[in-house]
Amino acid sequence: MTELICIVCPRGCHLKVDEENGFSVTGNSCPRGAEYGRAELTNPTRVVTSTVRVEGALHPRCPVKTNVPIPKKLVFEAVRALNGVCLEAPIAAGQIVVKNVCGTGADFIATRNLERR
Amino acid sequence: MLDLIVIGGGPAGLAAACSAWEGGAKNIVIVERDRELGGILNQCIHNGFGLHYFQEELTGPEYAGRFIRMLKSTGVEVRLDTMVLDVTEEKEVHIVSAAEGYRVLRAKAVILAMGCRERARGAISIPGSRPAGIFTAGAAQRYVNIEGRMVGSRILILGSGDIGLIMARRMTLEGAKVLACVELMPYSGGLNRNIVQCLQDFGIPLYLSHTIVDIKGNARVEQVTIARVDARRKPIPGTEKIFNCDTVLLSVGLIPENELSKKAGIRLDRRTNGPVVCENMETSVPGIFACGNVVHVHDLVDFVTAESQRAGAAAAEYIARGERPGCDVLELTNGDGVAYTVPQRIRRSGVKKSAEVFFRVSRVCGRSTLCVRCGDGDIAEFKRDHLAPGEMEHIVLPKALLEKCGSGNLTISVKEVSHD
Ligand SMILES: Cc1cc2nc3c(=O)[nH]c(=O)nc-3n(C[C@H](O)[C@H](O)[C@H](O)COP(=O)(O)OP(=O)(O)OC[C@H]3O[C@@H](n4cnc5c(N)ncnc54)[C@H](O)[C@@H]3O)c2cc1C
Ligand code: SF4
Repeated sequence: MTELICIVCPRGCHLKVDEENGFSVTGNSCPRGAEYGRAELTNPTRVVTSTVRVEGALHPRCPVKTNVPIPKKLVFEAVRALNGVCLEAPIAAGQIVVKNVCGTGADFIATRNLERR
Repeated sequence: MLDLIVIGGGPAGLAAACSAWEGGAKNIVIVERDRELGGILNQCIHNGFGLHYFQEELTGPEYAGRFIRMLKSTGVEVRLDTMVLDVTEEKEVHIVSAAEGYRVLRAKAVILAMGCRERARGAISIPGSRPAGIFTAGAAQRYVNIEGRMVGSRILILGSGDIGLIMARRMTLEGAKVLACVELMPYSGGLNRNIVQCLQDFGIPLYLSHTIVDIKGNARVEQVTIARVDARRKPIPGTEKIFNCDTVLLSVGLIPENELSKKAGIRLDRRTNGPVVCENMETSVPGIFACGNVVHVHDLVDFVTAESQRAGAAAAEYIARGERPGCDVLELTNGDGVAYTVPQRIRRSGVKKSAEVFFRVSRVCGRSTLCVRCGDGDIAEFKRDHLAPGEMEHIVLPKALLEKCGSGNLTISVKEVSHD
């Protein structure tokens, strides 16, 4: 039995996951908590957010995120994949910045608009 | 004369302006001192915004972006790079900008949405020398996320507020070593989910009931000493731990930004450091409304949005119909275990279907009952499994219930049923 705090939403339910019983979850207030509890002990994943360089915009950095969660053990490698990337304004939110991050199938996408100036 | 001036273009100002527009107000101006709309959300590049409001997990810039887009579909005028210097009871707003110099705008109603600022080192008096390398966590967040500058390589964080936790992860991902997060209280000031995904994920230790007792360094921070504190929060000799680090981030609380509110003669609440507000977010000055972090510090932007929409709709109503009589008032007070309530006053005539009350508890509690008392009878009870000062609570009081209780005060208190 493992105790976890669900991080899917700010409510932060205290979960108990039973590894011996097919990773059944108790303590969750909604189905997403059960899914999180199971995934956290079998294949934990995270959405990764960071920034990349951008030229010709109001700011020198553009925020990005992975469009889907990636395996937790690849988080550092994913951030390294952003080193040396430089975008050119204008940027549209949702625009792909790095495709198929570390072979996970996830893409880094821009999370804001940045006009050219 | 304008209909409405909104001061601040963060999520509170954006939602308030959109709702006032929908409510029929037409001549609306948002005044924002920054070069762009979005407020603090522009630097909060992490995800965790919008789960309540949009039912999906957005980053700060994405959440702001949606409201900026909504605003563009209205006729609301935006003045960027413009600072509000003064607001008067007569709803004159004094502004200054490089482009237009000094001007005075007049409106039928004003919405205060200036957000909050961070408590800095002076506010908590840390001992030791005064080298460079000590930042508030929010300032560091701005340097790293917007300006692309690293603030240090070996970092200690004082305070476990959400911004500090978020920055612990951010700095780690950027290649810095975060040595520890040090919290004076026996519990964290941030959300549990942030303890898990920002500290535990990266093996960063959290020292509860600890504080900084010394900072050493000539030009730059070189060494920080922490110690355990006793129940009266005094350092215990002999429990010191030394960290060699070049940077200290302070995440020791936020204070609503109310210089302007004070100048306007608005009544402030000592508990929240924000204006005293009614059920519709109107302050003690008729026609001046307030919403968002200027009223009380929120941990979730979704609640900022909901509160600001109420303020916007109420301002539109005020503009259309003028002042509303406010004679039948229930005063809200905080009973045992509750630190404050927002609103502080409910005018029964102003309640449509129900009144929402937000508050924070003053200590960590297990399974508990929230009691609403009027005169000498409990009029409502709400069950909770877990309560913590770091998590804002809210309850909904139906109009019928408010009508049943007599006049006078409503007191909200916590009764702990079992401790976890
Ligand atoms: C670092 C941090 C992390 C957070 N993380 C989360 C999270 O993960 N999830 C979540 O849901 N919420 C989070 N929040 C909370 C949420 O972002 C805030 O509650 C929300 O942004 C507050 O909105 P606001 O409009 O009241 O204030 P702000 O966003 O601060 O906006 C206030 C605006 O007013 C302007 N202003 C102030 N004074 C003047 C003046 N005199 N003249 C002109 N303009 C002025 C400012 O420039 C600013 O743009 C976080 C907050 C912070 C600070
Ligand atoms: S179980 Fe559901 S309600 Fe509880 S924290 Fe997880 S997502 Fe939120």
